[in-house]
Amino acid sequence: MDKFVELTRVGKHFETRKGRFVALREVNLDIARGEFVSLIGHSGCGKSTVLNLIAGLLEPSEGGLICNGREIDGPGPERAVVFQNHSLLPWMTCLGNVQLAVDKVFASRSKAERRERSEAALRMVGLDHALHKYPSEISGGMKQRVGIARALVMEPKVLLMDEPFGALDALTRAHLQDELLRIVGQTRSTVVMVTHDVDEAVLLSDRIVMMSNGPAATVGDILTVELPRPRERLALANDPLYHQYRGAVLEFLYQRQRRPAA
Amino acid sequence: MSIPLSPPPVAHRETHPLRRLAMAAWLRQSLQQVLPPLLGILLFLFLWALLAARSEGLPGPLVTGQAALELFADPFYDNGPNDMGIGWNILHSLGRVGAGFGLAALVGIPLGFAIGRFAFLARMLAPIISLLRPVSPLVWLPIGLLVFEAAGPASIWVIFISAIWPIILNTAAGVASVPQDYLNVARVLKLSEYKVLTRILFPAVLPHLMTGIRLAIGVAWLVIVAAEMLTGGIGLGFWVWDEWNNLNVAHILIAIVIVGLVGLALEQSLLLLARRFDYHS
Repeated sequence: MDKFVELTRVGKHFETRKGRFVALREVNLDIARGEFVSLIGHSGCGKSTVLNLIAGLLEPSEGGLICNGREIDGPGPERAVVFQNHSLLPWMTCLGNVQLAVDKVFASRSKAERRERSEAALRMVGLDHALHKYPSEISGGMKQRVGIARALVMEPKVLLMDEPFGALDALTRAHLQDELLRIVGQTRSTVVMVTHDVDEAVLLSDRIVMMSNGPAATVGDILTVELPRPRERLALANDPLYHQYRGAVLEFLYQRQRRPAA
Repeated sequence: MSIPLSPPPVAHRETHPLRRLAMAAWLRQSLQQVLPPLLGILLFLFLWALLAARSEGLPGPLVTGQAALELFADPFYDNGPNDMGIGWNILHSLGRVGAGFGLAALVGIPLGFAIGRFAFLARMLAPIISLLRPVSPLVWLPIGLLVFEAAGPASIWVIFISAIWPIILNTAAGVASVPQDYLNVARVLKLSEYKVLTRILFPAVLPHLMTGIRLAIGVAWLVIVAAEMLTGGIGLGFWVWDEWNNLNVAHILIAIVIVGLVGLALEQSLLLLARRFDYHS
């Protein structure tokens, strides 16, 4: 397996007022080019921390992270992030939010081409009718689509998604998952996604990284999902293999890493 | 039995009461809007008149109104520096407030941004700001007179010093409360510090900044009258003091209303401006 993203013995601790809090220890993970990897685990297991480490928004306390043969030292547009709460800038239109990314990443291209790229990205997520709307004027699902468009338009080497659909209702979430399947199928992006939704993980991923409970969380187990692509939500609903994977993740989460009564 | 083909005129008659009902509702609503403030003003005038009738020096509303009409008949006459129309006095006060406030914005906004962005600077300046902020602005007047050796710049200096605190503090608080998510977006995009400032920090801080400006101009307008009373020259404050020396109490009462109205106008126009800049997240 070619190692496109490589985490070696990564540890992360935070200094708090109550002393040192060890969030992660000994995280080893290799991700191949074009692979879709989900990080799943109970809340507080440090899955978002792993994502932020790959994004470069956090620095590891121990170990090292490599992306495309280079050590990760700080964030950059080649590792685009779709944030949990969309993080659109409310004073810019949808187009403006995407354009901000395009203008930075493709600064050398002509104005017309940059504009075309932005519009194409919003078209891809089905928002060509909302180019000039402000974030406050569109629904939560649409905001998250703009967030995805903003990330994809950078043509990142790795697309990082932090519970991208966590705040959405079930129907909108399913719809966006299907679209993400289609888009990732088209762009062949490498994706790392944090989720707490078992179905989402099985539906979208090539591999599911199941994390043990924190503090000092680490990779508990890795499940390879060998469902053929393109995947169809409805067809999978009756697929015994799908249910087998689903069962395996559930078993990990609720038997082996049962959450202590909170 | 024959059925009439044309619709009965009942329908017409029905719209009438409905429309009348709507009219009545509208009337009632506008009455509810207008009546209480009107009643308040009338009550105030009545109490004033009552008080004036029993007092020797205090002129009543009618006398004051008469004086106001005379005063505003020619607001822009100029009989030398000690006798100018009320319009000139208002404009001079507004000019000083504008100059002092403008300077405060010029210094306070960048300083507020710097304090909000750099924790070191914030900690460095915190003791100075905490110490100086509660000081009455008029205390700075003698310092201004000492340094500038003139009344005009001294009163502008007082306005500057009283307006700068709300601007600095609100700007800094705004910068410090910019959501980390927005800054993470900037970090992922590797935006330059300039772009971060213009595209993210400034728009995010603008509502806070407008609050600061609104508070600042309110304080400035409060202070200018007092400062001018002390420095003399020309301006509303001086005018009030001058009329007191002339024992023209009606004019002092008029001045109170003018100061109130101009302050209200400043506040309202800035609120309007603030609403223009407010985004909804």
